[in-house]
Amino acid sequence: MVGVSRSVDDLLTPPLTLRQLMWLRFRRHKMALFGVAMLILLVIYSFGGAFFFSEAYANTTNTKMRLQPPMAGHPFGTDTVGRDILARTIYGGQISLIIGLTAALVETIIGVLVGALAGYYGGLLDSVLMRVTEAMLSVPQLFLLIVMAKFFGGQIPDLTVMGRTFSGSVIVIISIIGVTSWMYLARIVRAEFLSLKENEFVLAARAIGTPRWQIIFQHILPNSIAPIIVSATLGVAGAIGTEAYISFLGMGVRPPTATWGNMLDGAYNYIETAPWLWIFPGMLIVLTVLSINFVGDGLRDALDPRSRAT
Amino acid sequence: MNTYDGINLTATAAADTAPPLVEIQNLVKHFPITRGILIQRQVGAVQAVDGVSFTITQGETLGLVGESGCGKTTAGRTILGLYPATAGVVRIDGQDLMTAKGADMLAIRRKAQMIFQDPFASLNPRWTVNAIISEPLRVHKLFQSEQERSERVRDLLELVGLSPRLANRFPHEFSGGQRQRIGIARALASDPEFIVCDEPISALDVSIQAQVVNLLEDLQDQLGLTYLFIAHDLSMVRHICDRVAVMYLGKLVELAQKDELYENPLHPYTQALLSAVPLPDPAAARRQRRIILEGDVPSPSNPPPGCRFHTRCPRTGDRCAESEPVWRDAGGEHFVACHSV
Repeated sequence: MVGVSRSVDDLLTPPLTLRQLMWLRFRRHKMALFGVAMLILLVIYSFGGAFFFSEAYANTTNTKMRLQPPMAGHPFGTDTVGRDILARTIYGGQISLIIGLTAALVETIIGVLVGALAGYYGGLLDSVLMRVTEAMLSVPQLFLLIVMAKFFGGQIPDLTVMGRTFSGSVIVIISIIGVTSWMYLARIVRAEFLSLKENEFVLAARAIGTPRWQIIFQHILPNSIAPIIVSATLGVAGAIGTEAYISFLGMGVRPPTATWGNMLDGAYNYIETAPWLWIFPGMLIVLTVLSINFVGDGLRDALDPRSRAT
Repeated sequence: MNTYDGINLTATAAADTAPPLVEIQNLVKHFPITRGILIQRQVGAVQAVDGVSFTITQGETLGLVGESGCGKTTAGRTILGLYPATAGVVRIDGQDLMTAKGADMLAIRRKAQMIFQDPFASLNPRWTVNAIISEPLRVHKLFQSEQERSERVRDLLELVGLSPRLANRFPHEFSGGQRQRIGIARALASDPEFIVCDEPISALDVSIQAQVVNLLEDLQDQLGLTYLFIAHDLSMVRHICDRVAVMYLGKLVELAQKDELYENPLHPYTQALLSAVPLPDPAAARRQRRIILEGDVPSPSNPPPGCRFHTRCPRTGDRCAESEPVWRDAGGEHFVACHSV
């Protein structure tokens, strides 16, 4: 609440929009601001770095230069087959960030659709969708990931976008992560829809005769956007972590395409003898996930309409 | 003017010559109570509205009163098709709402609108006032261009006593009374004939209540609106309504012209309700005999047999628990359902 009483003149000045209020609340979270700055730097690193090294260079093996510690020509050292780790963290970062964003997008789309349909229509559809959700939740995600990675891995041919070739396994990993992580969001969205659809403004829209899809997408969805955005943000961090996880197990994105996750694969045997193998990609993963989580926390407060403090 | 009066007289004398604008016959709304994990089976029903019939003529205001939980809000929403009715007939301007679909339904929706109780919940918090009020215009494709629509929104804002400059504001920048005016403007946007006012003033401050009620009355005079006015404030209902229907546990117990009902209530429930109305004159208030009802309202999922009021009725007899009283005219269009009348 604004502490000072408002005069009539105040009412004539344009009031703060919802977006301005959000920014005021977000700004108070120092860690969230740090997270945003960090993420911008990481994006610049991954996508700007491509101007200094070609992808071919990042994938060039040189057995004479294997397992070199950081030095002048290779500031982050070289890996087990002599590839430059700096260049690989740059290209790996691109893939990891893309996987994080798109997997979270897949997750959000599935979660919102399932939750919205179950919550809005209720009845048998709700029962069926929620039982499916519970069934998915009761299977450990790791098990699902491994089985699906094994089953679908290598089924998709490589893909060329804008002159670059992506391993088909990137698509597989994105789909697998998206398909195995939407359940919590679906439940959140369903709960939001259940409470919002009884709201009088939704009844008013129905009394007007507004078509159903407009009620769902223009009335209810915008009002449940806060938990969806927060969940999607945290989903990016989760997806990057999960990708690292399956890639570390050797079932993720196939070499030579680098990701921060599959750079850790193989580093296991050199934990003490060649720590630069895991320190750099590991640090980047930790930094990214941490920053995204900070941003998510900041968004949670900024988007909460009950938090009035500015 | 004479011919107009003549038509009006025949309309009240013989209902079949001029059909009423709104006709409700034996309206039933049961909410099923279900159990089951995947396949839901019904184990009971909340009998929110159980056989309600009345008519409203053009330009008239019918009050619907009763205590909380008696089903008056559900009745209002079912009449507009916001809840699918379990049984019964609703006709608005001759069109059957129960069977209407698609374009027919949309045409009825344009004619029949609603004003809601809670001005804080009835406006989408993420839409501007302009978007809120122009929603009916967009849905019913009433104007071609965005500009014509905002023109109409400005006119509507003025009609309900708000400054047209406020069109680009969000609902959270308004007070309760102002928000209710926005809700009224939205209800008026599509030029409806019939408006269900679902406790439109009960969430407002007393000082604002009078303003909103006066606005509703002015609009009725200007636009020839027909109201179903759902409320529990009996003195306000007497002020605004032409006829009043009293509801108890999903059923109508009495319906009459307002002065007849307030001065000569027949049903013991109506008598008890009216005895609870505070009187402004302290001397009269001291003389007033309060009828205190015993016990609570029974659950609408398990209503008592016979007359639903017999468990609390001061005049209950043997018949009351066994057979349901018939809804009949006690003379001069004063309808009542009670064995002891």
